[in-house]
Amino acid sequence: MKNGRRAFMGKAFGAVAGVGAVASLYAMKKSWDPLPSVRSAGFTTLDMSAYKENELVVEKWRGKPIFVLKKTAAMLAKQTDADKARDVLVNGEHYMVCIGLCTHLGCIPGYRPESSDFLCACHGGMYDFTGMVTKAPPPRGLDIPPFKVDGNKLVLGEEGPEYKKMKETGITL
Amino acid sequence: MKELFILAVVTVFTLATYYLVEPFAHSKMHKHVESEKFAYADLPALTKKGDANRGKDLVMGAGACTGCHAIKVAGLAAPMDPVATAQSYGVNTPDLSNAGVVYDAKFLAALIKNPAHALKVEHKYDAASGKVHPMAQFGGAGGDLDQEVADMVAYLQSIAVKQDKLTPKMAFETACGRCHAMKYENWTQIGDKPSFKMKKDELAFDIQVIDYQDALTKYMGKLPPDLSMYIRSRGEHYISTFVENPQHLIEGTAMPRVGVTAETAEKVIEHLADAGDTKRVERDEVGKKVMVFIVIFALFAYLWKRSIWKDLH
Amino acid sequence: MAHFTKATSVHDWINQRLGIDTVRRVMATEYWIPKNINFLWAMGMVLAITFALLLVSGIFLLMYYQPNVNTAFDSVNYTIMREVDFGWLWRHVHGVAASVVFLVIYIHMFTGIYYGSYKNGREMIWISGMLLFVTFSAEAFSGYMLPWGQMSYWAGMVITNLFSLGGLHADGIVEWIRGDYVPAQAFLDRFFMLHVLLLPLAIMGVIGLHFGALRIPHVNNQDGEELDFEKEAAKYKAGDKKGSKVIAFANDFMSKDLFVVGIFLIFFFYLVFFHYDFAMDPVNFDPADGLKTPAHIYPEWYFLWSYEILRPFSTNIGLMAFGFAQVIFFLLPFLDRSPNAIPANRRGLFSLWFWAMLVDMIVLTAMGKLPPEGIFSTIGLVAALVFIGLWIALPFITKSEKKA
Repeated sequence: MKNGRRAFMGKAFGAVAGVGAVASLYAMKKSWDPLPSVRSAGFTTLDMSAYKENELVVEKWRGKPIFVLKKTAAMLAKQTDADKARDVLVNGEHYMVCIGLCTHLGCIPGYRPESSDFLCACHGGMYDFTGMVTKAPPPRGLDIPPFKVDGNKLVLGEEGPEYKKMKETGITL
Repeated sequence: MKELFILAVVTVFTLATYYLVEPFAHSKMHKHVESEKFAYADLPALTKKGDANRGKDLVMGAGACTGCHAIKVAGLAAPMDPVATAQSYGVNTPDLSNAGVVYDAKFLAALIKNPAHALKVEHKYDAASGKVHPMAQFGGAGGDLDQEVADMVAYLQSIAVKQDKLTPKMAFETACGRCHAMKYENWTQIGDKPSFKMKKDELAFDIQVIDYQDALTKYMGKLPPDLSMYIRSRGEHYISTFVENPQHLIEGTAMPRVGVTAETAEKVIEHLADAGDTKRVERDEVGKKVMVFIVIFALFAYLWKRSIWKDLH
Repeated sequence: MAHFTKATSVHDWINQRLGIDTVRRVMATEYWIPKNINFLWAMGMVLAITFALLLVSGIFLLMYYQPNVNTAFDSVNYTIMREVDFGWLWRHVHGVAASVVFLVIYIHMFTGIYYGSYKNGREMIWISGMLLFVTFSAEAFSGYMLPWGQMSYWAGMVITNLFSLGGLHADGIVEWIRGDYVPAQAFLDRFFMLHVLLLPLAIMGVIGLHFGALRIPHVNNQDGEELDFEKEAAKYKAGDKKGSKVIAFANDFMSKDLFVVGIFLIFFFYLVFFHYDFAMDPVNFDPADGLKTPAHIYPEWYFLWSYEILRPFSTNIGLMAFGFAQVIFFLLPFLDRSPNAIPANRRGLFSLWFWAMLVDMIVLTAMGKLPPEGIFSTIGLVAALVFIGLWIALPFITKSEKKA
């Protein structure tokens, strides 16, 4: 009886110590989270009237490159409905707005204006001018950053209704 | 002996792996370009013998060189400061004081006649784009064009310092320094960065550098990189062949052919090595001594081992 | 309390308090090693010396290195390489040793596989050794981030992206590891901490475990002969050193070890002074730029084989293959079903398996560096499939092996 009680107290002590250990693990995990200053630096506003057709501009948002490509009439004529669903419309103009990181392993694909497509130098993945994959290994098209249309402007980092729809329909992640 | 056989097996597999991941893989990843020894074979040879005195008149007069270029050794200052020049033409115009020694004579002659062609940047100034190179072509001052150009080249050669007086730093500054900064040698595109007493003066200087870089970025498409560590990141062979003809290694690059002589190229590379591989001489010397020591160490280790293992076998 | 007598000498004084005679006997003069060994048995000592070189050079680098994204590159390439006296030496020693240590680890591993030194009681030696391989890999990767050059940044980007676990899109984990959306200040700081504190501590602990694991089963020998260590030791102590099948760790074994270390150091210092590019990638002498990917991204040579197992497949299958490659070596003692702990050349099919595995890993290593195009990606895919196939075949091959 006495031994049983001793064993129980030993285990109980172990359990109490365990609670402390788990609680400190929680603190350690939280200490590795991105800082509030890092999180709040996450909004970028783009003036969409400044872009020229078929000229890729690389903007920066949360340290990531953002591809903005204003589409030409020829491009629009070639687009299927699925392609069109990826377009960002501002003032009636069509834009490709994508995170410029290859969805395979995060390299930056290069734009080739003659053929209007992207080639990733790391593992040879290719995307067309809508950001859809045309050659593996990338598993999916270029991701579209959260955006909100605000008149002539586009705010990256905020989720507008157009973006939410894209997300719901699985066009982007 | 069995141990030597095992060593041979280990060595063969190690060397095979090394060969595959280093020389072989790099030969597949990077284009190899042989040096043309700075011969500039595509440019016509100088057929006329130049006269420096007549050349001087042309450079100062009909050639209109001094409208844009400084020639400090001849007492001519630049018409505008570097920042204003870059804002007008895209890049600061070089001081011609040492052009005659830094640049190849054939190249200089071709440059005077048709800059975009000599610099191999015609892809930037083709008819379709409608742009022309900011340096005007010299169409002649009424006489024989080839003779006039030869005279101007002769004049530039006559005022330049002698080859053995051209330091690596001078070679770098004249040939590369108007586009490329070199932080580790304290060099900016508008000259050495002085030390300032007042924070305000330092900021004013930095703003000038930024203005210059902005103009340069517009001109070149992107800001030419800082060359501090290029000797380690690119290596001597790459730099040498790239300077000789940038288009061979990166087709369509905005970097012009610089047109330096082989001697100048060597000096430029020496300057890059001074910046990015400063301790190379010390490394070689210390290396040799350590090698001698370590062989002696191994020898003594062997003798000790033999003395102990005599009892064991 | 123990009984202390008046010391007769300094040695006696210390011995009464610390028992150094006992320590010496247990750790050196009566720590028995088989006599029938070759220079491959000295790789442990070579690794210990290389680790010491890494530790010492690292201490001097640490005194000038600045873990800040704005100053890290310059603190390495300007302050350490140009200003600090012999700073270049510490950096070259550190960089080259970090690469060479993996070469020796691989030799050490394949020696163990060849001679069957992972079974019949030696399983913990193998497992602790694999733990060292993993901690050394983490140490090498975290150290590679510190100069904050282009390869540091992009290797950091690509490798941390693996933690999104492909189809699971666990971007939260990736951001948690980085402390940011991309590798930045928080990322550099935490990898700095890992590199100079947590991982070295772990490595030193596991080295202790690795040495401890050797003690009971003893070191294997060239012919897989089972020795009666007590009988042979008695022979040795009785003065029959020539007839005994064992030798003492010190000075017998150590004298041979240090001779091998001497030869190794000739090779090592040649690399440090005259042939270092293979270990200090030129691309990493370009400062980190998050908006410009290098034309070719590849890890250091010692990670190439596992990188190539990841690469030829689609993301999810690639990750699974990669995960498989990371853990499978741990399971070697259990996948090898044969009771024979003898050299591979006397084990029939296993001998074939050994050389096939070695060659396959070299092929994977080569393909991992080459651009994944045309014939190279095909060879890479085949080699990755062969790697997986060989491991699946191992239990069957060894099961059918006859008892030697």
